[in-house]
Amino acid sequence: MLPHTISEIISGLRDKQFSSREITQDYLTRIKRLNPELNCFITITEDLALSQAEQADARRNAGEASILNGVPLAHKDVFCTEGVTTTCGSRMLEKFVPPYESTVTRKFMEAGAVTLGKTNMDEFAMGSSNENSYFGPVRNPWDTERAPGGSSGGSAAAVAAGLCAAATGTDTGGSIRQPAAFCGLTGLKPTYGRVSRLGMVAFASSLDQGGPFARTAEDAALLMNVMAGHDPMDSTSAQNPTEDYTSALAQPLTGFTIGLPKEYFSSQLNAELEKALQEAIKVYESLGASFKEVSLPHTELSVPAYYVIAPAECSTNLSRFDGVRYGHRCENPKDLEDLYQRSRSEGFGDEVKRRILIGTYALSAGYYDAYYRQAQKIRRLIKNDFVSTLNEVDALLCPTTPDVAFKLGEKTSDPVQMYLEDIFTIPASLAGLPALGLPCGFKGGLPVGMQLIGNYFTEARLLNLGHQYQLNTDWHKRSPALGE
Amino acid sequence: MTIQSKQLETIAKLARLETPGDQVAKLTRDLGQILDFVEQMQKVDTSAVEPLSNPLEMTQRLRKDEVTESNQREKFQAIAPATENGLYLVPKVID
Repeated sequence: MLPHTISEIISGLRDKQFSSREITQDYLTRIKRLNPELNCFITITEDLALSQAEQADARRNAGEASILNGVPLAHKDVFCTEGVTTTCGSRMLEKFVPPYESTVTRKFMEAGAVTLGKTNMDEFAMGSSNENSYFGPVRNPWDTERAPGGSSGGSAAAVAAGLCAAATGTDTGGSIRQPAAFCGLTGLKPTYGRVSRLGMVAFASSLDQGGPFARTAEDAALLMNVMAGHDPMDSTSAQNPTEDYTSALAQPLTGFTIGLPKEYFSSQLNAELEKALQEAIKVYESLGASFKEVSLPHTELSVPAYYVIAPAECSTNLSRFDGVRYGHRCENPKDLEDLYQRSRSEGFGDEVKRRILIGTYALSAGYYDAYYRQAQKIRRLIKNDFVSTLNEVDALLCPTTPDVAFKLGEKTSDPVQMYLEDIFTIPASLAGLPALGLPCGFKGGLPVGMQLIGNYFTEARLLNLGHQYQLNTDWHKRSPALGE
Repeated sequence: MTIQSKQLETIAKLARLETPGDQVAKLTRDLGQILDFVEQMQKVDTSAVEPLSNPLEMTQRLRKDEVTESNQREKFQAIAPATENGLYLVPKVID
């Protein structure tokens, strides 16, 4: 039986219960058995993983093991990995082998971690169900007829199915927190700028942020210790000092005040999910925290503002794909315009095209003020709501999703219905705030997630809140059956 | 502010995307739905609000104007679809 958590792997490696080579091989065997059905991985890096594991074992025997030495992980296929195909879930990058390493994956390599493979995702991280991947949808291990969430669906499903103990993801409007909720995991979207965006294929640059998927808040803290930090190569990287994200985990919650934003406990939230959140509130009260109702009045406008800002940024970011320098190129272009148009039309899928078109429209002459500028103004109103509320409370507790995982195909015909899935995750993204998703119950055998939103750069406090909850509950310890 | 199919074709041209005849109607409908949905932003009076482009309101950092990168042309062109003598190949632009 494979270990559940990174912490267990770390102690197992340290106490020589198993070598990195042994556990890496066990994970690869499990991936090969379950991936054909779940489709979590686009690329399995078997040879690389085994050679990294052997090097890690050699370092350990030489007494040179750092904390994550020999720990197998999976990375979302949005992170450029030098010499390893990085598709971003798109036909455009189907054969793209990056000439450089992303900062996030480089840091994990330098920490001695092992790369098991690259995980499936919605194309260019645009989607809430993983159904927009060129490489086919990922199946939710809790119910394979259902979506794992998106866009980091492959990473979430892989951790939930025990194909790895932790994985990286990225979150633009909820792409870590929503799949964490649908798959029963702990996922952290850090403060904007906390984790370097260098080598993370860009979707919406003022929103994109990398973060960890794990089973526990403690594991997420261990991963954050590697991922977080200033990067001079990313011009929007935050220069604030990082901290040891594990150091505050054990802190008692006495005297903590947690806000309950009333707009999130609305008719949009399924009643059974609300009940699960009320139970979580009782757990926190028993740990000494107190609660207070607060208001974030512009919440309703967050989805419309986001679906202007994110497409606008995507339309400019994705203009780099021209069939000339890298990526897909059409056959026999008759002239330059034909080369651009056909390469892009063949390389991008439907949702990516929709967003490029919306973004181009919102930025075009005559519409810029009504759409893009208005959305940016609403973005400030949303940020202001949070700033004044977070002056009064230590964190906010709210749902991550309106309901549990939906069925594959259930929402694909109506883009707006799919967008509304992100109603509870988008506001913190627009404000650039850190938010932790963690499991807090089940509905009909499917995981229910809750979300803790904190002030800027308070990741350690959020992880503290998550860890204390997990010491007193066992939702995070449950695993899907998967015919075992 | 519903979009017309003529406008869609103009936008698609700006974005360098093809709009095959059989997809114009569906794309116009999809985009119209999305634009109708985001229309609710217009009900808010934001005349006194400054736009927010970076959530931390950071300004772009500058660095010293020094050469920090080495020339890696061969490495970068190795992944290009078509090159010749260190140049990217595209269809003829000028007759």
